[in-house]
Amino acid sequence: MRLEMNPTDQSHPGDLETRDMLLNIGPAHPAMHGIIRIVAKLDGERIQEADVEIGYLHRGFEKMSETVDYNGVIPYTDRLNYVSPLINNMGYCMTVEKLLGISVPERCHYVRVILSEISRITDHLTCVGASAMELGAFTVFLYMIKAREYLWELVEMVTGARMTVSYCRVGGVKADLPEDFAEPCRKAFAETRKVLAEADGLLTRNRIFADRMSGTGVISAEDAISYGITGPFLRATGADYDVRKDCPYAVYDRLPFDVPVGTRGDNMDRYLVRMEEMEQSMRIVERALRDLPRGPVQVHPETGRPMPAAEMVDLAKVGNIVAIADDSAVTCPTLEGSGRARYPSIATDEKRVFLPPKEDTYGNIEGLMQQFKLVMFGHGVRPPRGEVYFPVEGANGELGFYVVSDGTGSAYRVRVRPPCFAIMSALSKILTGDMIADMIPTFGSVNMIGGELDR
Amino acid sequence: MANDTSFLTSRLDEAIGWARKYSIFQYPFVTACCGMEYMATACSHYDVDRFGAGLPRFSPRQADVLFVVGTISHKIAPVLRRIHDQMADPKWVVAFGVCTCTGGFYDNYATVMGIDTILPVDVYIPGCPPRPEMVLDGLMKLQDKIQGKRTTGKRPAPEPRPIIGEP
Amino acid sequence: MNTASLIESVTHRFPDAVSASHTYRGDATVVLRRRFLLEVARFLKEDPALQMNYLMDMTAVDYSTFGKRPAPAFFSSSGVAVSPSPQIPDEDPWPGPPDQSRFAVVYHFYSMAHKHRLRLVVPVEEAVAEVDSLTSLWPGANWLEREVWDMFGIGFRGHPDLKRILMYQGFEGHPLRKDYPVKKRQPLIGPIN
Repeated sequence: MRLEMNPTDQSHPGDLETRDMLLNIGPAHPAMHGIIRIVAKLDGERIQEADVEIGYLHRGFEKMSETVDYNGVIPYTDRLNYVSPLINNMGYCMTVEKLLGISVPERCHYVRVILSEISRITDHLTCVGASAMELGAFTVFLYMIKAREYLWELVEMVTGARMTVSYCRVGGVKADLPEDFAEPCRKAFAETRKVLAEADGLLTRNRIFADRMSGTGVISAEDAISYGITGPFLRATGADYDVRKDCPYAVYDRLPFDVPVGTRGDNMDRYLVRMEEMEQSMRIVERALRDLPRGPVQVHPETGRPMPAAEMVDLAKVGNIVAIADDSAVTCPTLEGSGRARYPSIATDEKRVFLPPKEDTYGNIEGLMQQFKLVMFGHGVRPPRGEVYFPVEGANGELGFYVVSDGTGSAYRVRVRPPCFAIMSALSKILTGDMIADMIPTFGSVNMIGGELDR
Repeated sequence: MANDTSFLTSRLDEAIGWARKYSIFQYPFVTACCGMEYMATACSHYDVDRFGAGLPRFSPRQADVLFVVGTISHKIAPVLRRIHDQMADPKWVVAFGVCTCTGGFYDNYATVMGIDTILPVDVYIPGCPPRPEMVLDGLMKLQDKIQGKRTTGKRPAPEPRPIIGEP
Repeated sequence: MNTASLIESVTHRFPDAVSASHTYRGDATVVLRRRFLLEVARFLKEDPALQMNYLMDMTAVDYSTFGKRPAPAFFSSSGVAVSPSPQIPDEDPWPGPPDQSRFAVVYHFYSMAHKHRLRLVVPVEEAVAEVDSLTSLWPGANWLEREVWDMFGIGFRGHPDLKRILMYQGFEGHPLRKDYPVKKRQPLIGPIN
């Protein structure tokens, strides 16, 4: 390579022979995203070509779903998009319910919607926090994780687990909301709103943040649609497609909310869309809590009395079911919402699909038979033969489940349509032309969740 | 304390162990869902900085503890092994999450059933994902191990196991 | 457009391409002969009444063990076989797997303008496991087809760079096929476990 001796002489730029450099931004990346490999061909700092390689977290979700029964797939679905697990649970359960042709009680829909929206908020908090951290705003990350902790405590109060919840079942949910859910929810949202206001003040008009995020990672609406991109990534380009509005499911058509739509399709718009979506999700939850249909049916006041669950089981096992015929079992708080009194609000009527309440299992022969028919090896939930596709709005876009059933107790084929797969396939096109440093905010705003991308 | 060390060297060893255990520079090799609990442990609520382990080093040359967080598939296993080999002694490995301890419920064609088949592991933190309190407990056990300067070291050769699917 | 008129518009335009159709559970589904795939896809995308601008999903199903999986007998060691419980009955049953062929490639389309969905099922037999690639119409099909190739071994004519995407390059076999055992590992390093 022959160098010009006079560095200020720009008259012969063609004399310099240059070659593109291959930079391997390899699978062991700093935290959160540690499973993507980008081989970038650089001309100085500009990316000429970027080859994105995925598959480092392939865990065989689809193959494993064929080996377990329909309810057994639910823990696997938790771990798909692991920052918003309830949305995946809900999507899968609604798909199998569509295949079965059954419907769930209205209160159950509301409960699912409430928890899905809380999951969506945790997803966006993690995404915005992580991408802010990668740009250097570590404080914002800590604030957002603080807000996420409050929401996780809320989720733990309802489901028993912080993150991998397995809350929905085919035909309903595991248990109802606790009696005193509204007050902690209000407090958690007040904290979250404070955190969002702080983060907004720190980031949105921050010169460094705005310069790094505006104008980088641009994609047009037509390109996004041709790659199959949905969700906040698409809405930031200006195309308005939200599964909750366009193909409503559960009770979304009764809850008023807005869908933020951007204009320029760059990282800044995606950040703003996500921030606004969090506020809208909180609005949905508050409205749903207000509209929640009446809770459980009261037990018979004269004969029904609460008794500890262990005592009820002991009485039933010795055959003394007359004494417990009308009573309701008192269980630990995370199981509280699943006694017989609450069943009409959380479970479908279809006996071939949902486990009976424990009072019935131990109390009468029909309940025992129902339990056996669902739990024993070779029996269980057996949908009719068929195939369905059902989309829900995941935090990254349209999360669709395609289930093929052959009439036996386990699914024949379960396919999850991962929203970030489409976005990642467009990533190499988005990165081309930008600088290396622009790759960081772009990749952060993709919200690549490995469990969903590689399944 | 061994009997054949003199007073000064054993005191020195204790001091070095004390200094090492309270200044852990971890390399978080994060792949999957456990990463979210790792983040939760590292942040303000369940602060891991009060144990001296608050600064993750994203280069294996600068780290002394390798936190393997999340499922390891066969595709990324060579990368993990390479990262571990690049770290300088003394180094410790923490298997975070049940997928790294024994493979979890992903017993299929794509996953490594426990990273102790390819790396020597010092502390196992099971859980799917483990609660932050469990992580801190595991960290404290690691600190005991660091204090005593015990590492798991070179693992013995594993016994051959049958290949499923072949006659 | 409702499901019936969607199917009708495809069948009317390509009468010899469509071998069957149904609307099980409200999902408009058309079973297509594979040599017509590219034309029908182009029609779906460009026709103003349909405007299916989204290729939402593409996957494949291996029908080789459909209906042949035994429902396990309860006391199988004692020789007492229990007949499995009856399925939840269906008024409008599913017609079944599309063909005698082993695989079926399933495409899901969506129209943002008209908000309707369509599923195309293309049966592919094992001997010549190939279909046309849709990358010329939708660039998003690139990775989706790579995944179907990786998991099932169905090739795509016209794909720019058909290589594995989820498994590593040296992997032999196609994991989601029914004859690939779940636990058969081909590790790059470490013991076979």
